[in-house]
Amino acid sequence: MSDRLAIGIDRIKCDGHGVCADLVPEMIELDDWGYPIIRAGAIPPSVLPHARRAVSGCPTLALRLQRVAARR
Amino acid sequence: MSIALLAGPPGGQGMESLSSHQQRLGALPAVPPALIDSIERSNLRGKGGAGFPVAIKWRSVASQPGGAPVVLANGGEGEPLSRKDRMLMEQRPHLVIDGAMLAAGAVGADEIVLYVGADHVGAIQAMHRAMTERTASERARLRLVSAPVRYVSGEETAAVHFINDGIALPTSIPPRPFEHGIDGRPTLVQNVETLAAVALIARFGDDWYRSLGTGNASGTTLVTVGGAVPQTVLIEIPQGMALADAVNAAGGITSDCDAVLLGGYFGGWVESSTAWGLPLDADALRQLGYSLGCGVVAVLPAGRCGVVETARILAYLAHESARQCGPCTFGLRAISAAAGRVAALTPTPGDLEHIQRWAGVLAGRGACRHPDGAAGLVASALRVFAAEFQLHEHDRRCSVASLAVAAS
Repeated sequence: MSDRLAIGIDRIKCDGHGVCADLVPEMIELDDWGYPIIRAGAIPPSVLPHARRAVSGCPTLALRLQRVAARR
Repeated sequence: MSIALLAGPPGGQGMESLSSHQQRLGALPAVPPALIDSIERSNLRGKGGAGFPVAIKWRSVASQPGGAPVVLANGGEGEPLSRKDRMLMEQRPHLVIDGAMLAAGAVGADEIVLYVGADHVGAIQAMHRAMTERTASERARLRLVSAPVRYVSGEETAAVHFINDGIALPTSIPPRPFEHGIDGRPTLVQNVETLAAVALIARFGDDWYRSLGTGNASGTTLVTVGGAVPQTVLIEIPQGMALADAVNAAGGITSDCDAVLLGGYFGGWVESSTAWGLPLDADALRQLGYSLGCGVVAVLPAGRCGVVETARILAYLAHESARQCGPCTFGLRAISAAAGRVAALTPTPGDLEHIQRWAGVLAGRGACRHPDGAAGLVASALRVFAAEFQLHEHDRRCSVASLAVAAS
């Protein structure tokens, strides 16, 4: 259970490029201004590779993977 | 009550000197070895707005690696409807300093920052004078810092950011101040009223403190009552007192009233029929889905429209956004603009629906809780003033303005 991962975000770093929503639409949609709305909870295993790509592809490096328990 | 946060010389006499403070309450006791356990039994909650259990916070700071901790006594008080922190510091600065000293002793801190809103001139003067009355060794550990006049200045990461870098804006978490705060050291950020309560608990015990509350509630709490009362007043009440009793203690309502803003701008509207019976107790209110916040009770006077008042508060909150996070910057601005149009009876199609949708996705999407506070306020307004919002948007009418016309 301890390795269940969620997507975390540094809201100050995020500039709303929206790349993440393209790369992992299962977990992220965009609001009316292009800023991500992230689904709470653990990333399903099948989606994890996409989530990793979104984390590494974020132009401002605002995304991270974090343990579910650490999320708030 | 002779022993309480505001007990002592009448408030109008200004600051209580060190000698009368000590005469009244006795000298500052040595830090009791089990102070944190005693605070836990007292059920003391942070009085800054979030209501976090104090003992848990202190243990987290005390057990952090990373050097000697720092205590930041938070008297930023940016909430426009609140008076409690500035008046407590003006009248009982030594109680606040005692509490900060005890906190420092309990968590192992060697430095205390007294953080006071720059516009709270009387509070700064009183804290400064109180510091000069302390011993040289106490003074050496105390630093008085005036906080920029801004709503977010009192947010705990913003306070730490200001001390470190002179920028009173929130920072991303993690790390939280208790892990990495002032000068990178573990930092206890605690509201000044909370610290003042500790100064009493350390002297008179947690049993005594608990007994001050009503029913299951513990201790006392400071409440600013404003709006449809003779004048805005600060009162200290047994925690758990019914809201109606607090309003009566403030002089009673001066007009009919349909709603109460409970908890300040970060709180929410409550229909008066429900509000009067609510217990002013942080825990009980949370369980009922409300928030005591920083202890604001603002009674909406007859003749004031809840939609208009909500739009006014939203304009303020949008303006006070630190503009660091997109959802807060753009979401709050858009919600405020739409609410402003609805309030002014000049809605554009979809305004009400937009307000609802945008506010619904705001919570949890900022570095700090600024958007969460605004979202909660909007949700409460849409519920309590649902009919009035509809009237404003669909009929372009305001029932309050109509009443004024009918009466003239």
